[in-house]
Amino acid sequence: MPRTLAEKILLRASGAESVQAGDIVIAKVDLAMMHDSGGPRRVAPYLQRLGAKVWDPDKVVVVTDHYVPAVDPESAAILKLTREWVRDNAISQFHDMQGICHVVLQEFGHLQPGMLVVGGDSHSPSGGAVGSFMVGVGATEMAGVLVTGEIWLRVPETIRVEWQGKLGQAVAAKDIMLFLCRQLGQNNDYRVVEYAGSAVDHMTMADRFVLCNMSAELGAKTGIVAPDQLTLDTIRAAGGSVAPDALQWRSDADARFERALTFDASQLAPQVAAPHSPANSDAVSELPGVRIDQAYIGACTGAKLEDLHAAAAVLGGRKVAPHVRLLIAPASARTTRLAAADGTLAKLTEAGAILLPTGCGACAGYGAGVLAEHEVCISSTARNFKGRMGHKASEVYLASPYTVAASAVVGRVADPRVFLN
Amino acid sequence: MDVLRGRAWVFGDNIDTDLLAPGHAMRKPLEELAKHTLEAIAPQFASNVKRGDFLVAGDGFGIGSSREQAAQALLHLGVAAVLAKSPARIFYRNALNLGLPVLRFADAREVRDGDDLELDLARSVVVNHSRGTTYPVEPIPPFLMDMVRDGGLIPHLHRRLDGTK
Repeated sequence: MPRTLAEKILLRASGAESVQAGDIVIAKVDLAMMHDSGGPRRVAPYLQRLGAKVWDPDKVVVVTDHYVPAVDPESAAILKLTREWVRDNAISQFHDMQGICHVVLQEFGHLQPGMLVVGGDSHSPSGGAVGSFMVGVGATEMAGVLVTGEIWLRVPETIRVEWQGKLGQAVAAKDIMLFLCRQLGQNNDYRVVEYAGSAVDHMTMADRFVLCNMSAELGAKTGIVAPDQLTLDTIRAAGGSVAPDALQWRSDADARFERALTFDASQLAPQVAAPHSPANSDAVSELPGVRIDQAYIGACTGAKLEDLHAAAAVLGGRKVAPHVRLLIAPASARTTRLAAADGTLAKLTEAGAILLPTGCGACAGYGAGVLAEHEVCISSTARNFKGRMGHKASEVYLASPYTVAASAVVGRVADPRVFLN
Repeated sequence: MDVLRGRAWVFGDNIDTDLLAPGHAMRKPLEELAKHTLEAIAPQFASNVKRGDFLVAGDGFGIGSSREQAAQALLHLGVAAVLAKSPARIFYRNALNLGLPVLRFADAREVRDGDDLELDLARSVVVNHSRGTTYPVEPIPPFLMDMVRDGGLIPHLHRRLDGTK
């Protein structure tokens, strides 16, 4: 029977004889990832109540990213508890202040094609970039996984989204996702979005990451891209291992998709999502030049090395508008290191950017760079819900790092293409 | 817990987790955080909601973050159940895992703020006493309902682990 990639992974992980969309399976988890906010501080009391231990400490990755660096005694206590729990539970895969969990997981080669991974964070679909089936869960669910090594899942239908052709200059994966949020809406529950087509084949792993990451904004269970040679090379370069048959993890040619959509990448313009929803998006040319107070380049989805390169391509030799503050929080320590080595950080800071610590930062309103009442920000992050980045009467526009950088220079929401032509 | 009766608090589509559990309050204890639940769109909610009230909403209730404080704060404030046209997946799982019933409720838009509702979990219906109408709701799957009846995943696992000892 022909199967989708999601069905194949859940068939293996559940050990069932057959699975198809709609079935509920109990599956064995290959890896569980949690961070300082939803992780130890929340699961430890549950495990204690159950008198239970972690089922397999070698299958657990812990990352500190939400409350780093500590800004008050409360966040410092959360980080301290996280470090002590990791030590007491013999968790060897602990990345303390090394970057945002989803980015770190791939930088350290923890993920492989065909794995079933649960993450204690809603942007866990990011793991689909390497062909893992990764879903987000809350803390109680995570406690259940830590005790049993298992999770129940409903096998999702697949929406196949193909992007053919070549993205234009200064158009990025972020633009694809803001466009898809508008096209598909935010309520695609019980579905996995599988990305394919020649534009995806030619994408960097960082851009594939953005597609899968923002599948969360589509309300999907997860997003996934079938692995190719680039995937395997990237995992090996990160120190991960790859099974000899890793390329088998793809949907069968005659697999049944709930929907199959095809888009022309060359026709896509830079997109901007207006407050207060990623689905409230349109081409940048359709938005009046909204005056901004802040431009923010940060988060797992918007501040990887490739994102900083995009911003630098616009900002090189230019200056941030006098009334705008451009804040950049690199997505990982590795990103900062590489961007320092290749001169990107110099370009950004010479243009007037302020560098912030690595971490989730202002994206979810936890860290530095939050907004005051009536302030307007354009941001390379994934969500612009009301009040998410600060005051409930602040406004956030979402866009690619190209568009955020161009807007920082102009002082208003601006089309980046004029800077690169 | 099979028959619950309370007042409806009605909200629209895509009520997100940042509205339910604002980021600025996430490092605070639950009782402090819960005071900020829905403050950006309904400042009177947290102080006026009564034990046993229902939250009725449209599509995408609980979209966004995996933070289970979004569901936990509602429980803390006394919300008896969430009746949503379509709940977001992580919120749905979180709520059931914490013992808060969430039901898919196609007729959510028929209910007005303040309506007197009765949820019958065994019969999978909502009776609207204010309007003299009865609506069907999609039942929670039995294996999850067992967990909800136990009070959530942790007490449920506790029973299961005790049973194996």
